[in-house]
Amino acid sequence: MTWLPVAASDMAERVDLLFYSLLVLTGLVALGIFVLMVFFGVRYRAGSSADRSNPPAQKKWLELGWIFTPLAIFIGIFIWAAFVYAGFYRGGVDDAMTVFVVGKQWMWKAEHANGRREIDELHLPVGQPVRVVLSTEDVIHSFYIPAFRIKQDAVPGRYTTIRFTPTRQGEYWLHCAEYCGTDHARMGGRVVVMAPDAFAQWLERGNQNPSLAARGFELFRQLGCSGCHVNSTVHAPDLAGVYGRVVHLSDGRTVVADEAYLRDSILLPKRDVVAGYEPIMPSFQGQVDEGQLSALITYLKENK
Amino acid sequence: MTTSPFDSTLERREAATLGMWAFLATEVLFFGPLFFGYVHGRLASPDAFVAGSHHMHIVLGTLNTAILMTSSLTMALGVRAARTGSGSLKTMLTLTALLGLTFLGVKGSEYWMEAKEVANASGAELQFYFLYFAMTGLHALHMTIGLGVIAWLWRHARGFGRHYHAPVEVSGLYWHFVDIVWVFLYPMFYLLERYSA
Amino acid sequence: MSTPSPNGWGYLGEGYTLRSWLTTHDHKRIAILYMVAITAFFFLGGAAAALMRLELATPAGDVVSATTYNKLFTIHGVIMVWFFLIPSIPSVLGNFLVPLMIGARDMAFPRLNLASWYFYVVGGLFTLGALVAGGVDTGWTFYTPYSTRFSDTNVLLVLVGVFIVGFSSILTGLNIVVTVHKLRAPGLTWFRLPLFIWANYATSLILLLATPVLAMTLTLVALERLFKVGIFDPALGGDPLLFQHLFWFYSHPAVYIMILPAMGVASEIIPCFARRTVFGYRFMAYAILGIASIGFLVWGHHMFVSGQSMYAGMVFSLLSFLVAIPSAIKVFNWTATLYKGSIYFSAPMLYALGFVGLFTIGGLTGLFLASLALDVHLTDTYFVIAHFHYIMVGGSVMAYLGAIHFWWPKISGRMYPETMGRIAALTIFFGFNLTFFPQYLLGWLGMPRRYHEYPPELQVLNLFSSAGAAVLAIGYLLPLLYLGWSLFFGRRAPDNPWQATGLEWQTSSPPPQHNFEQQPRVERGPYDYQPVR
Repeated sequence: MTWLPVAASDMAERVDLLFYSLLVLTGLVALGIFVLMVFFGVRYRAGSSADRSNPPAQKKWLELGWIFTPLAIFIGIFIWAAFVYAGFYRGGVDDAMTVFVVGKQWMWKAEHANGRREIDELHLPVGQPVRVVLSTEDVIHSFYIPAFRIKQDAVPGRYTTIRFTPTRQGEYWLHCAEYCGTDHARMGGRVVVMAPDAFAQWLERGNQNPSLAARGFELFRQLGCSGCHVNSTVHAPDLAGVYGRVVHLSDGRTVVADEAYLRDSILLPKRDVVAGYEPIMPSFQGQVDEGQLSALITYLKENK
Repeated sequence: MTTSPFDSTLERREAATLGMWAFLATEVLFFGPLFFGYVHGRLASPDAFVAGSHHMHIVLGTLNTAILMTSSLTMALGVRAARTGSGSLKTMLTLTALLGLTFLGVKGSEYWMEAKEVANASGAELQFYFLYFAMTGLHALHMTIGLGVIAWLWRHARGFGRHYHAPVEVSGLYWHFVDIVWVFLYPMFYLLERYSA
Repeated sequence: MSTPSPNGWGYLGEGYTLRSWLTTHDHKRIAILYMVAITAFFFLGGAAAALMRLELATPAGDVVSATTYNKLFTIHGVIMVWFFLIPSIPSVLGNFLVPLMIGARDMAFPRLNLASWYFYVVGGLFTLGALVAGGVDTGWTFYTPYSTRFSDTNVLLVLVGVFIVGFSSILTGLNIVVTVHKLRAPGLTWFRLPLFIWANYATSLILLLATPVLAMTLTLVALERLFKVGIFDPALGGDPLLFQHLFWFYSHPAVYIMILPAMGVASEIIPCFARRTVFGYRFMAYAILGIASIGFLVWGHHMFVSGQSMYAGMVFSLLSFLVAIPSAIKVFNWTATLYKGSIYFSAPMLYALGFVGLFTIGGLTGLFLASLALDVHLTDTYFVIAHFHYIMVGGSVMAYLGAIHFWWPKISGRMYPETMGRIAALTIFFGFNLTFFPQYLLGWLGMPRRYHEYPPELQVLNLFSSAGAAVLAIGYLLPLLYLGWSLFFGRRAPDNPWQATGLEWQTSSPPPQHNFEQQPRVERGPYDYQPVR
């Protein structure tokens, strides 16, 4: 029987500090109110001999006090929690190990950069920052690893990302946390955190698949992407080193080319047109599935 | 036996008026999500929305706007007739109803023509048409209800006068609200980037 | 001072036929029509919960199938939210008491009042129809695209049912707003109104402004399901987050519809049984308005991990902390109302004090959920379930029961058996905590919601929770039995058995159809109590 959840990521430790601090604070407040209620209930019960002269109808300073003191405390908690929260999303495009995870009724499919795939399991090396890029083939799911204190919805039509570093070896629950139909409760499995060399062995062993980037390169040619984007008479942006680049769009905005941008460029090319180019790229919606998208994007990431 | 909760006709009229304003507030919030959806869609796909707007029949739309605003005038004159007991209430109600019916007729003919064009639309332009049909359709439904109310007022017109005219006032408020909704719908759907057309 | 009606039973004696009840314009009879209807739905929703807790007593999904479980939690949510909690205090006690408390003969629009009940019934019939036709499995939150494209259950029937019952909410709110503005007795200024009126008035503003958004949102879900338009479904060019924003824009204020009237009840009961005026009346009134208005601005705290921007999350988090402040004020003021009082632990008082304690716990756990980093872990787990049940059940349901007991003499003309009342209150308090406190721990440990099976390590806590549910069920059945008994065998009630202030106590129990023999004049504020030894 477990009474306290294990903390197995960098985020978990920060979250737990906040949680237990807030628990102590709210516990004291609740205790204080209950003690007062019991005390008043006993002391001032009907028939007791306590002094009841001039019961106050109001005390302005007291009321203002118990408005502004909680307000200050709440703002403090808000700021602390917001800072920790930002840690789930920071880093943007960096060298964290990226794993593409696709949710579908009712399983999680994970694919590592080298092509190694897993279903309802996720193997990770301890101490290495990880970015999980989530997508879904059907309805909204939510990728939840309680031991890491991370959760992120997988929303159809887009990528969502979450970032963490596992800090303890072991096996942990993986759950789906957004109701998604009949077998929602069975959509889960385990996360296995291993020592870095054990992980490297695991990654290679039993992997029959080409790496994501290699598959992506194949698709890049098969689907005709290179026909416009590589040495072509068509005026299309050069994609070498595009990942992480700051891109200027035709409507004046600038964005960083992350996975979500690359995904949108393939499926909804008219949405964010690069400044100086015509909106002539066709959409590949319906021609590529989530697995192929992650391959293409990984290829573009590594094509420096 | 029903006890009237009111102590006076004035109290009853004030309650009816406040009740109608409260109801109109709920109507604003009922149309609200559709307006929100329009803003959301237009920000996401401005070109598709402009394309959709250029398919609208601007002459008919403008004509309808003029008709509806005139009907608000006749309705207001009807409310005044009821208040003063001047006797022209029935005439004003009839004019309002005729104008309202004409509006619905024009709208119907627009729907007839657009239905065929819309069948070929897709993507964001389809969203524009959905919003168009949903919002003008909801508006037309409210107008139809309004016409029913006007018919009821017409039947009981003789009972209204200086001493008792709350139902006419309150119905007038409703009619003006329906008109104001159209004043927003017209530019949203008919006038997108027309100046450059 | 009041003259009893001819046959001594006031409005209850004005006609004994079913037809006299079903065609009444009397706000008091309409309140009873509502009470009967919502009680039936409460036990139906409770039965669904009982089956769920039975399933969850063991880790394996072995009592009902996964699909059946999904339908159970859906119908539990739909019934409890729209057919019990939202109408409970406003449509039963609000309808009965608002005209009485302000010295009026009836609500401003008696026929609209009756119409609101019929809307409730028709909406309920559609929902029951969906149940009989095989149920719905989308959850009461109808998230897209599951509800628009993937669920093959009777979604449309439930959408129609909830749409229709929304009109009941709107008409009730409209009536209360106009009644409070226009029908107050001479001398009854705004700051002499009982806090119950303030609470129901603010609730009615929310009913008016939030419910139409739900109506339109559900209509759009229905249209999407029928015509595949592409509003919420990305495969058709839509946005699932648009649904969430629209849904929660209503559903967050909806929870304030559920709690504000309960707060109003507590503010009536506690002063009466502490025999002193409420502490900080003006702050209490302003806090009610504050909760109602800020409550419209926090809906995004249901969407912190939904894919909405991190910055939107920060705005919603800050506002969610702000809305906790007026609630805190109320808890402090109720506690301070006990100071130098002369306290009687009657059944209504036990319910009201239980309400304050359980609402405090539920409210404090709201701070955890408002904290962005914590919510990432806690959202969609049993922690959230515990949080909202502490507030809606430990809070609103206890306040509703306390109100029923407190005003039972006025409504029925009978006294309920006091000892039974106290036993039931304590049973419910104990059963409730046993059921829901373990769920905080389950959530922190990572048990997601809407799961009919779970890791075996979590069984002990789940077993405690299911045991508590059994106790709670007994606790709820007790009032049904002894209140029903009291209708026939209870002691005849005097006009003012609690020596309470408030205009409703200045007329007979039960009141005559037109409420007061003579219209009252008000010269003092509410809660004019003097503590006695």
